[in-house]
Amino acid sequence: MADSTPDIQTLRQSIEQSIAAGDARRAAAQLRTLWRQSRTPALAGFVVSRFERLREQLPLTRSKLFVLRSFTVEPVIPLLRASAFVGGIDLDVKAGDFNQYPQEMLDPNSALYAFEPNVVILAALTSEVSPALWNEFADLDAAGVNGAVAQAEATFRNLIERFHARSKAHLVIHTLQLPPAPANGILDAQHEPSQAGAIARINAGIAEIARAHRNVYVLDYNTLIARRGEANWRDERKFLTAGLPVAANELIHLADEWLRFLHPLTGRVCKALAVDLDNTLWGGVIGEDGMDGIKLGATYPGAAYRALQRVMLDLYRRGIILAVCSKNNPPEALEAIEKHPGMLLRPEHFAALRINWRDKAANLREIANELNIGIDSIAFIDDNPVEREWVAGQLLDVTVIDLPTDPMKYAAALRESPVFERLELTDEDRARGRMYAEQRMRSDLQEAAGSLEDFYRSLAMKVDIEPVNAKTLARAAQLTQKTNQFNLTTRRYTEQQLEALSSPQWRKYVIRVADRFGDNGIVGMALTRTENDVCEIDTLLLSCRVIGRTIETAFLAALASDARRAGADVLLGRFVPTKKNAPAKDYFKSHGFAMIEEKDGVSTWELPLERAPAPPPWIELRVASSQENA
Amino acid sequence: MSVEQQVKQVAADVFNVPAASITPQSSPESIQTWDSVQHLNLVLALESALGVQIDPEEIERMGTIGAVIALMEQKISRQ
Repeated sequence: MADSTPDIQTLRQSIEQSIAAGDARRAAAQLRTLWRQSRTPALAGFVVSRFERLREQLPLTRSKLFVLRSFTVEPVIPLLRASAFVGGIDLDVKAGDFNQYPQEMLDPNSALYAFEPNVVILAALTSEVSPALWNEFADLDAAGVNGAVAQAEATFRNLIERFHARSKAHLVIHTLQLPPAPANGILDAQHEPSQAGAIARINAGIAEIARAHRNVYVLDYNTLIARRGEANWRDERKFLTAGLPVAANELIHLADEWLRFLHPLTGRVCKALAVDLDNTLWGGVIGEDGMDGIKLGATYPGAAYRALQRVMLDLYRRGIILAVCSKNNPPEALEAIEKHPGMLLRPEHFAALRINWRDKAANLREIANELNIGIDSIAFIDDNPVEREWVAGQLLDVTVIDLPTDPMKYAAALRESPVFERLELTDEDRARGRMYAEQRMRSDLQEAAGSLEDFYRSLAMKVDIEPVNAKTLARAAQLTQKTNQFNLTTRRYTEQQLEALSSPQWRKYVIRVADRFGDNGIVGMALTRTENDVCEIDTLLLSCRVIGRTIETAFLAALASDARRAGADVLLGRFVPTKKNAPAKDYFKSHGFAMIEEKDGVSTWELPLERAPAPPPWIELRVASSQENA
Repeated sequence: MSVEQQVKQVAADVFNVPAASITPQSSPESIQTWDSVQHLNLVLALESALGVQIDPEEIERMGTIGAVIALMEQKISRQ
């Protein structure tokens, strides 16, 4: 975490600048980035206060939440409000008095009703609802236990009915926590009535009362604690000193759970999920690894991707529309979706497909148009933080779901998003995903008109171009073997072959790329041969992870200046088309080369060196030009 | 950032006041929003920002920003 500190400071400064410049949408996007990076009590106050300054200029949904409670909830509130703002909800929160929830629900003149909340949460500790069951259980006989259960149920029934008669607000009730260590130890599970069983009966009673009333819902507190781990969840020290039973690091997860209700209750939900393919829906890159090479199936490592597909299939069955938004060659990607044996999702599950090399924000706009839903109804997942950042910056209304770096955690990350939660489910909902998929139509495309330059700048790209040496030779050779998409000539070299190109005419380069998301390492290589005044590009390739970010331009600029130093006047290049290298097709043309020959599909291009492109100003480019033989 | 700057930034965020208005002398008397609820939020925010654990006895000693800075500097130097 320590190394992210400067990033957070930089982001804070940019946010202040955007606010000062009156650019609310940009500030909101930056606040969202900041909060996604560090959802901590330290930043919550900053995020909330800055959103409060912007609230008039942003499309936020306002809502009022009252928290009835028997424990300290105040530290949850800034975390909850920050996350709510980021999710498009401007939440006004008030907490009731400590352990006064019965009076507040019964008294028509209480602060609860005066606040006129839209949503009310009732969060009570088992020890407060039924001290007998929690603290004195070992001393109770069966009649005593049953009496305590009946009493607790009756109390809840009475409170809920009185509340419901008085208020139209939605009421979310925490179930009671089960004892982590029952009073009778291991006997508890074999004993009737058991302590855990008694509390579970109260919870079943709460659920039954909720089902009988409109606008009353149950929050399963025990599932939440189990997901996080009770030993992790509980902080005895803070409980005894500040009445706060939940550990500081876990408070955000309580806020998240509340938001799972607040999103559907305020209508801030998504109807569709757009998903990337490579390294998201499956492991690996279909255009590089092929059908047999991608990871997807019932066993590790493909199981991680299958687990994500399982979650998506659940969403589809709950009425969420699925779409694909991927940079790929359509035939290969479609073939994988149709035929890969590990796929749970098939073409019939997707209502829209955008598989191309265009910008993903533009593709998402099109998906929204095609499905005839608002752009704010779309959620997007992608393993690549650069793509997520681009979409988040371009389309403030799209919900960008962060994926962790570990694919084994993808499924949980998607499952935890609140934007697919619904408080009821109809048969129509269940059929919706299929109906949309059946109606799938194609419409023509429009390019996004966002400011690409700002985006490039925000990436803080650092590019190092250096001669191939003994340490990088193996990687350079491997790249020629493996890279299919952004590869101008697709000439394969072994280490030995590369090493053998040792005469002074040959120059061999590798390129390293780092950006503010991390170091990508060596992601490309080039090979040139200079004879007299002509420098020919024998090979130039880049991993598809970094293309479309002007790194290819920086690479060319560096090659050109090195060629000039070697005495050349002209850069010569060839494009040899393959089934897979369409992404590199326009490379020469878009960099000012003129085509001088085309034969059997192979085109030859030429560029006088004085017209060579300059390196893009947003890239910090370092070129080590001395060529030594590897 | 120095510990002092970090404490001031956290306090400014928690109490929702300008960072420049926070001095070592700042206390619940001079900062209106510094009540018992925000005191707990300050503790949690400092714990997450500085990666320290603050004991109950120490919480009571955090009467001014200067005292908070001294406490944090002491804890961090002991780490």
